[in-house]
Amino acid sequence: MPILKLEKITQEFGGLRALDSVDLEVREREIFGVIGPNGAGKTTLFNIITGIYVPTEGDLLFKGKKLNGLPAHKIASLGIARTFQNIRLFGRLSVEDNVKIGSMALMPAGFWSSLLGLPSERKAGRKAEEKSRFLLKMLGLYEKRKEYASSLAYGEQRKLEIARALALEPSLLLLDEPAAGMNPAEKDELMDLIRRIRDDMGITILLVEHDMHLVMNICERIAAFDYGRKIAEGSPDRVKNDERVIMSYLGDLGE
Amino acid sequence: MFWEQLINGLTLGSTYALIALGYTMVYGIIQLINFAHGEIYMWGAFAGLFLVTVLGVNIFVALIGAMIFCTLLGMLMEKIAYRPLRGKSSRLSALISAIGVSIFLSTLMVLLRGPNTTRYPEVLRVKTFSLGAVEISSLQIIILLVAFLLMAALTFMVQKTKLGKAMRACSQDLDASYLMGINVNRIISFTFAIGSALAAAGGVMVGIYYNAVWPYMGTMAGLKAFSAAVLGGIGSIPGAMLGGIILGVLEILGVAYLSSSYKDAIAFAILILVLLVRPQGIMGQKKMKKV
Amino acid sequence: MDAWFAQYVDAYYLRIMVLIGINIILALGLNLITGVTGQLSMGHAGFMSIGAYTAAILTLHYGTSFVLALLSGSLMAAFFGFIIGIPTLRLEGDYLAMVTIGFAEIIRVFFLNFELGGKAVGLYGMQQYTTFSMVFILVILVVVLNWQLLKSRYGRALYAIRENEIAAEACGVNTTGMKVAAFTMGSFLAGLAGGLYSHYMGYIAPQDFGFMRSIEILNMVVLGGMGSIPGVMLGAAVLTVLPEMLRIVADYRLLFYGALLVILMIFRPNGIMGDMRLYDLKQRLRTKEVKTCRS
Repeated sequence: MPILKLEKITQEFGGLRALDSVDLEVREREIFGVIGPNGAGKTTLFNIITGIYVPTEGDLLFKGKKLNGLPAHKIASLGIARTFQNIRLFGRLSVEDNVKIGSMALMPAGFWSSLLGLPSERKAGRKAEEKSRFLLKMLGLYEKRKEYASSLAYGEQRKLEIARALALEPSLLLLDEPAAGMNPAEKDELMDLIRRIRDDMGITILLVEHDMHLVMNICERIAAFDYGRKIAEGSPDRVKNDERVIMSYLGDLGE
Repeated sequence: MFWEQLINGLTLGSTYALIALGYTMVYGIIQLINFAHGEIYMWGAFAGLFLVTVLGVNIFVALIGAMIFCTLLGMLMEKIAYRPLRGKSSRLSALISAIGVSIFLSTLMVLLRGPNTTRYPEVLRVKTFSLGAVEISSLQIIILLVAFLLMAALTFMVQKTKLGKAMRACSQDLDASYLMGINVNRIISFTFAIGSALAAAGGVMVGIYYNAVWPYMGTMAGLKAFSAAVLGGIGSIPGAMLGGIILGVLEILGVAYLSSSYKDAIAFAILILVLLVRPQGIMGQKKMKKV
Repeated sequence: MDAWFAQYVDAYYLRIMVLIGINIILALGLNLITGVTGQLSMGHAGFMSIGAYTAAILTLHYGTSFVLALLSGSLMAAFFGFIIGIPTLRLEGDYLAMVTIGFAEIIRVFFLNFELGGKAVGLYGMQQYTTFSMVFILVILVVVLNWQLLKSRYGRALYAIRENEIAAEACGVNTTGMKVAAFTMGSFLAGLAGGLYSHYMGYIAPQDFGFMRSIEILNMVVLGGMGSIPGVMLGAAVLTVLPEMLRIVADYRLLFYGALLVILMIFRPNGIMGDMRLYDLKQRLRTKEVKTCRS
């Protein structure tokens, strides 16, 4: 059974079709890439999966459960975490706190237990702290745990977003252009990290990326989008040589 | 009785509409509730009073003079209190700065003129006409006419002139307009100028109509006019006109047929209801949040 | 304790200290809503008036004990905060500001016409149950609970909503629920401060809780530092004492307020102590030490 299944998903914004009857299946423990020129509907796809938009038509199934219309925080607590194309960190909170908030879905903090500092909340706080230590060490940010997230360098901010997403212990991780703005060395490191997340933690990964080198290297399957439609799907080799994909990209270059 | 109340409502509503236009245009472009807009309106009313009593000019000259004065005041305010914040501060900061300007302008007037009401001199000989059973005063006719002319001029300006097109482009997408070579700062400044001029016209006419001006007249009128802008759909120019008129009529009818002691609560009750039922207002479009 | 204070401390200073305490409770309430969670509320005085009137009516007309009246006033304010919060906190920030102004105005007009509340005259003759020691203890309690909450994960999540609502939601934070909770808590504290205020002054009227009062409370939060407990306490103290000192130039007080807000927003949008942490101070000291060692 696929972990994530989209059935005839359509998204309209006041007459504009951002996504047009899209079918998609992501299998458990695979690294799945979504490519396409700007405006192809990739980020819209992510926003539908994570509940920021409610699709105009179609069904969204996660582990066989329907997600349509659920609020974003409910979807997160089912085990779908994401990063954002334009980094969205909690700038004036410490690096450590950013990651701790990532585990809120897993261990919700109750109002009264927090206000009164009850033992149950203290225990949860310690657990969140431990997890954040583990993740920050894994991503090499532990030394900077007390600093404001906004004071980190760009590459570090991207990493922190991934750490925060992992704190949710997701079974599906959505990465929205994780390599944007990175240099080749950082990109290699990122590829390594993505593989480790899948291999060591068993997390399924769905990513949107413009960097073809990265996508072709780490993704097992790829779907190509253009103007809100899926135009090709399959192994990197197959998609790379697909005529329509080449056309849509060459068309882009030709302009 | 009903028809006279309706005309009273239309008169009041057309002044709300003039103020509401300033709110809606500024909000449409920089997403700021310009809290000081009500104070611009109040300063307009006082500027008109000054011109009539001290300089002894004709009321129509005073109207234009007050509009020019407030145009400058509005542009100055934008330059000092809002422009330095643009781009680097949150919307909350800009809003608080606007509140600061509002307090500053109303207090300054209190210091200049005292907190009490000043009467407007009788600048027009008011005649009353009877249309069948309905009575309408020449003052009401003038207010409705001036408001209509100003709104028609604004609509023409926004729809047909180059400046108006640039304004509409800015309200669609400020960043893209900047990239297209529009001088965004100038357009914003211009928007404040137009909005302030319209508010000044509203201030002078309300001053004559109710025969009174006072330093705190802008607070309540401003809040109500903003409610009108939200009712019509914030960012929409025809929406602000329609919202102002509807609000004015409802307020007058509410006072006439329900209770006069809840006069000031009517506008806010409408505002809250609109926001809950149809947050985008009557003419507004639903916006998709960008992620 | 109060008798001791009355003996050694000048009554005038005692009065200012009580007012500072009441303002700290008010401002810490608004801080939860606006400073921490980032939701601009501009009708805090409206919730204060609900607490003030409820408590005063209970002690005056029903002979209720002060503690019970105070609690009822706070709960009443919290209840209205909850009712207003559920539908409006879904709206974007600016609309919330408008709704809260509108609500506070409606409340004010309601009290102007409310028979039991003495209409425009207001209520008078309340006993001065509010004492210095009581305010002192309540301030400590409120500060400790605020501190406890804000350092917890729940509190961090409230800050996260202010910093980036969409990201907080994607982390599994129920942003709407938490905004309503913050609003309810803030309203509760406003009601508490209102009850203390009415039983300290002995007289309340609708115009005590107008729009300017809400702005004054907002100023305390903004001046000291949005989201910072010591900052807000400082803001409340400064803005209580300053008008007293500026008595001579009382007319210029509001002019100064207005200009202050604009200048602060331009030069220090996060307030004097906005989110300043002990850690940063320590870091700064450490770097200074290193520098002195080198030189």
